[in-house]
Amino acid sequence: MTASDEKPLGAIGAAPAQLTEQYILRLYVTGLTSRSARAIENLQTFCKKHLHGRYDLQVIDVYQQPELARTEQIIAVPTLIKELPLPLRRLIGDMSDEERVLVGLNILPRE
Amino acid sequence: MCSSHSPALSRACPSPRNRAKARAGSWQPGTLLAKRRSVAATNGKIVPLDQELLKAPTGVQGLDEITNGGLPRGRPTLICGGAGSGKTLLAASFLVNGVEQFGEPGVLMTFEETSEELASDLASLGLDLPKLVAEGQLIVDYVRVERSEIEETGEYDLEGLFVRLEHAVRSIGAKRIVLDTIESLFAGLSDPGILRAELRRLFRWLKDKRLTAVITGERGEGGLTRQGLEEYVSDAVILLDHRVQEQVSTRRLRIVKYRGSHHGTNEYPFLIDRNGLSVLPVTSLGLTHPALEERLSTGVDRLDDMLSGKGYYRGSTILLSGTAGTGKTSLAAHFVDAACRRGERSLYFLFEESPLQLMRNMRSIGIDLQQWVERGLLQFHADRPSRFGLETHLASMYRAVREFKPLVTVTDPVTNLLTVGTQSDVRSMLTRVIDYLKLESITGVFTSLSPGKTELEQTDAAISSLMDTWIVLTINEEQRQRRRWVSILKSRGMAHSNTVNEYRLTDRGFQVLDAESTREGRANGG
Repeated sequence: MTASDEKPLGAIGAAPAQLTEQYILRLYVTGLTSRSARAIENLQTFCKKHLHGRYDLQVIDVYQQPELARTEQIIAVPTLIKELPLPLRRLIGDMSDEERVLVGLNILPRE
Repeated sequence: MCSSHSPALSRACPSPRNRAKARAGSWQPGTLLAKRRSVAATNGKIVPLDQELLKAPTGVQGLDEITNGGLPRGRPTLICGGAGSGKTLLAASFLVNGVEQFGEPGVLMTFEETSEELASDLASLGLDLPKLVAEGQLIVDYVRVERSEIEETGEYDLEGLFVRLEHAVRSIGAKRIVLDTIESLFAGLSDPGILRAELRRLFRWLKDKRLTAVITGERGEGGLTRQGLEEYVSDAVILLDHRVQEQVSTRRLRIVKYRGSHHGTNEYPFLIDRNGLSVLPVTSLGLTHPALEERLSTGVDRLDDMLSGKGYYRGSTILLSGTAGTGKTSLAAHFVDAACRRGERSLYFLFEESPLQLMRNMRSIGIDLQQWVERGLLQFHADRPSRFGLETHLASMYRAVREFKPLVTVTDPVTNLLTVGTQSDVRSMLTRVIDYLKLESITGVFTSLSPGKTELEQTDAAISSLMDTWIVLTINEEQRQRRRWVSILKSRGMAHSNTVNEYRLTDRGFQVLDAESTREGRANGG
């Protein structure tokens, strides 16, 4: 955690409308590797902190549903797809870089 | 491996010495035989020189010949080349032929074009992907990697790609796989370290799965591919090249590497047309062609007389040279007419006139070629020399011969090809055409237009040594009258006439008059 993450969201320029938007997130992982587990954990922490009460996170194991890898265009894992609010965004990696997750979910503007 | 703890296993597993003995004795030869048989079964014509290495035939005309059976089975092959060099087409042909000719389902993973784009591009070249997809023999998976949509937030791997591949391969029992062009991943993802490690893993995975894979790569500066894919694919590398010189394009294919296998090392011209891709395997085939005793009439009785009474040898090459208006084409047409009368298929390459024009002209001297075209015995191939490079002409001539299977061919006039190549290029191309014709025992007539009387024999010198028979036609003016003369400069393997005979072009064709007295300096047959 960096110091800037402690600031309230409003202070870093997010539009107030975003604070009420509902987030639909799908996290695609492959089995129970340590990286998968880390991504799930990081993301849960992140959502509680930044999207408290307004997110729907679903974790999908593509080993169990391999056909989804094709239909959802999954290449790298873990992949997080932000289905709503639009635009659709893809985040890859173990979600350990909080700032990049904020940018990726359009919560923070791209610098 | 052998476990020393289990008595049962240790009995089954030979010691190193026993293993060596076993290799020399019981099982290995059987395995080799089985392998040899399966190579022979995949393509009856090919002699399996490589007993260790199994091949997966591509079904691409010519390519299986120069690779001595196809691509290494169960291993990845890299096909690299610049934009528009035909990588995707070659890779897709390998898959489509795999399904249609060899009963091997395939997976095409495309990174650059969507399935729809690919299908429409390939449809115009004779490959029907949607049909094979509908039949469950082919899976086309478009992998979309768009950097602007992707945010990297930490460590990742490409397991998603592996899952997709494995699922596709398993769902149709694929034996062949194409990745076109996997280097696109480098544009979409920012960490080359991860990508390289994952590519290494991918190629190992393909080998473990015993998939015959084709990986395409864009030609790079200083290396075969931009991302150095050749480092990972060490089994076979094919390079495609598309050059445009003086507005004439030529495509070439070269096998840069083929581990453990014999292969042709030349650059081979290849064609892309409505029938897809075909490689011209003709190189210098050597001087092993048969020498036939059979003789063929020239179609002109008196000319047959000059050729020791019987005409040309079957499978020989004949050069008809002369200045404009000497009747080279007429003489060639007589020969074709005679061949068709015997029921022999004839192929006529035209580099100057259209077939209709030629047929009309020949009709005026009493030769009806139209009837042979209608009966399917005669086929014309007319092309402007400037339309392609020499190599492409060579390739298309080769293809036409291969498809039509003629016994007689005419190339009229061969000198027009000089406009698209240097004399030495034309000579080397002709050597290849002639080697091929001779190997197939096809008789080849070549007409040569001499620019002027004095240069007559000079111009032809470059190609005449490739010819078995050389007939020279000349015109001179005597007492305000043009007179035409025919002589045989050489004709290998026969006691030919050394006289220079006068001939006329009449409404009944090429008519050699009674022997005139030998003119000095013109009869130096050899």
